[in-house]
Amino acid sequence: MLRPLLMLTIVGLLSTQAFAQDLTPPADVNVIDGPNDDGGRLIATWAPSPYDRPDVRYRVLLRTADGEKTVAEFPANTKYVKGAKLSWWTRPAPPTFHYFEIKSGKAGNIEPGKPYTVTIAAVMGEQSVAAPPMTATPSPDWFNWNELNNLVLVLLFGGIVFVSIQTARRKEIFLRRIAGLDAVDEAIGRATELGKPILYLTGAGGMSDPSTLAASVILGRVAKRVASYETDLLVPHRDPIVMSVCQEITKQSYLEAGKPDAFKEDSNFFITDDQFSYTAAVDGIMLRRKPAANFFMGSYYAEALLLTETGASTGAIQIAGTDSDHQLPFFVTTCDYTLIGEELYAASAYLSREPVQVGTLRGQDLGKAFILVVLGAGTLLATVGVIIGAEWPAYILDFFKDLK
Amino acid sequence: MNFLRRQLPLFITFITGVVFALQYYIPHPISETLLTEVSKWLQIVGGFALVLGISSLFHIHFVKIRRHEPGWGYSFVLYAGIVGTLIAAFGYSAAAGAWVNGKETINGVTTAFGWVYSYTMVPLQATMFALLAFFIASAAYRSFRARSPEAALLLVAAVIVMIGRVPLGEYLIPALGGLTEWIMGVLNSSVRRAILIGVSLGTVALSLKIIFGIERSYLGGGRE
Repeated sequence: MLRPLLMLTIVGLLSTQAFAQDLTPPADVNVIDGPNDDGGRLIATWAPSPYDRPDVRYRVLLRTADGEKTVAEFPANTKYVKGAKLSWWTRPAPPTFHYFEIKSGKAGNIEPGKPYTVTIAAVMGEQSVAAPPMTATPSPDWFNWNELNNLVLVLLFGGIVFVSIQTARRKEIFLRRIAGLDAVDEAIGRATELGKPILYLTGAGGMSDPSTLAASVILGRVAKRVASYETDLLVPHRDPIVMSVCQEITKQSYLEAGKPDAFKEDSNFFITDDQFSYTAAVDGIMLRRKPAANFFMGSYYAEALLLTETGASTGAIQIAGTDSDHQLPFFVTTCDYTLIGEELYAASAYLSREPVQVGTLRGQDLGKAFILVVLGAGTLLATVGVIIGAEWPAYILDFFKDLK
Repeated sequence: MNFLRRQLPLFITFITGVVFALQYYIPHPISETLLTEVSKWLQIVGGFALVLGISSLFHIHFVKIRRHEPGWGYSFVLYAGIVGTLIAAFGYSAAAGAWVNGKETINGVTTAFGWVYSYTMVPLQATMFALLAFFIASAAYRSFRARSPEAALLLVAAVIVMIGRVPLGEYLIPALGGLTEWIMGVLNSSVRRAILIGVSLGTVALSLKIIFGIERSYLGGGRE
């Protein structure tokens, strides 16, 4: 009974001894300044070894003015270039090589312009073998090459938009009907007939929020029509900067409509930047003034349903437009018309019908068509890559990945 | 005058738009410092703009009180609330024996300002948020009335998700857990992503229009 156990133990000890004898220093070690960063990283790469197994570990040591300290220690079969968030055009070594980023931490700070010495050692039990130390100096970079694909795609989309604008100047472009925007005139007309005001909200965002910009642009178009009907307009705000901008937009709209006297400075007014205090105040306005039409444009959070449900209870015609996808179900449920996502950004072009504006819509549609083609082709390529075990599809797919 | 009102703002928009679009691609510390500095400027401008906002608020409600417009009593309450809170925030606390200076507690003693915040502001905000549950119920009732095939489909999906998301529902009908995950992970996610792709393209297109001066109505008015 004891003999097999004894044999197993002897075989185990012998194989461990034989393996320990095979433990060689990591090969092809390279330590470089971390590319595409602010100069706060070093990158170490080294070749895979026959002993890349969980029972063997790699130790990364960093020498600073305070002496040599261990930065990290990890199993030898982990941390490869292929697992790092890198694209093929920024890989510092072949995908099978080991990859480790050295950043500021307990072992010491990595500062730009200072040379650092890094040692990579293979460790098994008490035994440790180290490669010759390598020195590198981190420095900041002027371009993040990991974002090259992003830049190319933005330039491509920008080019498509500008070509579409030029095309729109030469020939008329078809715009599909957007019921929510067709209803703007109906809503304003109804308010005029009833002699009640129109309530327009620009959302929770500040002026740097694209949806607030879109909402304030639409306000200009709505205000122009409101001015021509001489209906009251109420625009309560959460952000004083948005209020100032919207005041100017509204004023200009009244001027363009030829009704400068009808403009009221107080039509745009500030309430508070507190979410629920603002909601309570606007709900109060809805219940007291009973606007005939409510417009909810821009971005919204938990206040969306509190606002729209109160508006619905007053019997007002309600038109919403938002890119807050998490609030869309509430708007769809409680409003008569909802501009979903991109329709908010299309509203300005739809209402103005200016060729330049309409051209950008065509550009967006072409952009969407391009994304659809990429999604289809990408799915196909990824599937083919897995089936035939080829790496070349990854070179194409990487180009459409988000790499920071 | 036209230069100050139109050309100069458009020029500033173009320069800052291009600089901060490029800033995204530049990891150099100078780029990061620029972003941090401008963010601070924005906070300072925002602080000054708050004066505009508060003056607008005071003006509107002052006019309402002066003209005795319907509901002018609420405007009076607003004035009393603001002035009372300001006095509580910057007055002298006899209990604590010190000036409040916007502190909620001084040496463990709750100030009048702290009391206003804890026993007025917080409960009122909680009340507003709690109302959401009732509003969701009434909105759900309205949308789940199966008056059309689409509404019926919505009702069925909602019932499956609601039952599948609670432990008891999944315990009673185990299949609903997987079905709920499928509805949320496949049907719901795909539609959300489609919306987000459209929103992203719209955002980029709007940004390009503003940076290159194609959309300029945010300056107040259309083309000249």
